[in-house]
Amino acid sequence: MSVIDKNTTFLGYRRENGRVGIRNHVIILPLDDLSNAAAEAVAHNIKGAMAIPHPYGRLQFGADLELHFRTLIGAGCNPNVAAVVVIGIEDGWTQKVVDGIKSTGKPVVGYGIELHGDHDTILRASKSAKQYVQWASEKQREECPISELWVSTKCGESDTTSGCGSNPTVGNAFDKLHALGTYLCFGETTELTGGEHIVLERCANDDVRKKFQFMFDRYQDVINRHKTSDLSDSQPTKGNIAGGLTTIEEKALGNIQKIGKKCTVDGVIDKAEMPTHPGLWFMDSSSAAAEMVTLCAASGYVAHLFPTGQGNVIGNPILPVIKICANPRTVRTMSEHIDVDTTGLLQREITLDQAGDKLLECMLRTANGRLTAAEALGHREFVLTRLYESA
Amino acid sequence: MIHFVLHDAKDTVAVVVVEGVTAGTDMTGWIMDEDKTINVQAKQDIPIGHKVALKDMAVGDTVIKYGIDMGKVVAGITVGQHAHVHNIKTKRW
Repeated sequence: MSVIDKNTTFLGYRRENGRVGIRNHVIILPLDDLSNAAAEAVAHNIKGAMAIPHPYGRLQFGADLELHFRTLIGAGCNPNVAAVVVIGIEDGWTQKVVDGIKSTGKPVVGYGIELHGDHDTILRASKSAKQYVQWASEKQREECPISELWVSTKCGESDTTSGCGSNPTVGNAFDKLHALGTYLCFGETTELTGGEHIVLERCANDDVRKKFQFMFDRYQDVINRHKTSDLSDSQPTKGNIAGGLTTIEEKALGNIQKIGKKCTVDGVIDKAEMPTHPGLWFMDSSSAAAEMVTLCAASGYVAHLFPTGQGNVIGNPILPVIKICANPRTVRTMSEHIDVDTTGLLQREITLDQAGDKLLECMLRTANGRLTAAEALGHREFVLTRLYESA
Repeated sequence: MIHFVLHDAKDTVAVVVVEGVTAGTDMTGWIMDEDKTINVQAKQDIPIGHKVALKDMAVGDTVIKYGIDMGKVVAGITVGQHAHVHNIKTKRW
C-alpha cells in the first residue's frame, strides 16, 4: 500500500511528440558564450522568457563537442520546455541546435549574431520570444498516468545522514515508481567506487552489466590518470568530510541506497543520451551536482529527487529539483532550501515506507505545479560537462 | 532518544544523529535493519553525522559499515571513540 499505484495520475503538459512535461518554459538558449549577453537582453525584454547562459561552445571538438550539442539540444527537447529561441555567433551551428530541437515538433527558431550585431539580433529574437511566450501561456495541463513521469535522482553535499536517511527514502520511492513502469535515472559514476559490485548485481542482464562495467572503468581511468592524492577533499568533498563521511567506499554505499532494494538496473546511457524504454537507467555522469542535473535535463527527465545531508542549494532552469534531508541541523539552519524533511526516519518516528510516501506526495505536488524551494529561490544552475580542453 | 544508528549488526562503526554528544555521553543506538537497540558510551566529543567506533580496531583492520568494507584503519581506535579521517582511509585510490 503506497500513496501511488497504477491508477495515479498527474496534470502535465503534453507536447507535440507525445512526451509530458510538468513545467512550461520558454527558453532563450545561447549556443556559445558570445551569445549570453543577447540572450539575457531578450529575456529581460520578454517577461516569461528565461535565458540559460553558459560559458562554453567555442573551439570544442570530437566527443566533447558532440556532448555539447547533445546537452543543448536535449535541454531544448525536454518536455518541461514549451518553445526555444536559440542564439549563436554564427548561423551554421545555431541551425544545428535548432534542427535537433525541431525534431520534437515544438516551436523553435535560431538567430546568428554575425552580419547583424547584438542589437538587431536582440530585436529579431525578442519578436519570436514574445510570440512564443504568449502562445505558451495558453497551454493547458491534462491528466496523465504516472508512468509518463520521468524521474531522475542525484544526491549532493552528502553526509552520513544521506546514507542512513534521505538516500534510502529516495530508494523507497524509486522501488515504488519502478514497479509502475516509469523511466528513472541515477548516475555519479565515481561515487559508486567501493559499491560497484552491488550495482553490477542489480543489472538486469549481462549486456547491461557489460555496459556499466565499461563506463565505470572508463571513469576510473580518468581518475587514475590525473590524480595526485587519494582525492580526499575532492571525492569525498570537504563538505562530505565535515559532515562525517570518511571514505569513498562509505560514500558509495550511502549513494547506492538511492536505487532502493528492488529496482533492477535496466539500461546504461552515456552523458546526456536519451533512454529508450521504461526502467531504471544508469547514466555515466559527473558527481558534481549541477553538472549531473543538467545532464538529466538533457536526457529528458522532468522531475529530480535530490537528497542532501549538509545542504546542497542548487536547482536547474528546466528540471525542478526536490530537496530531501534527514539531517536535523541542516533542516534547522538551511530550512529555506529543503522540500521534504525526513529527520523523523533517524529518530525512529516514521518508517522508511512512510518517508518514501512523503517524498512521493511532494513529487506529485511538484508535478502538478508546486514550485520547489530551489525554483522559488531562483537557483537555475545550468552547468555543462566538459571532457577535455578546447582546441 | 536515538543517539546513533547503524544498518547491520556486523557494523563496526555507527553514525551519530543528534547534536551534543560529548565524552561520557551514554548513547542509545538503533540497528535499523533489525529494529533493535544497543548502548555505547562516547569516549570523545562526536559531532552530529560523525561516526563512533563500536569495537576496538587495530591498524590494518577493515572497517565495516552497511555490512560491507568501507575502508581501512590507519591509527588504532577503541570503542566509543570518534572514527573519521584521522584513523580511517580509503583502500581504493
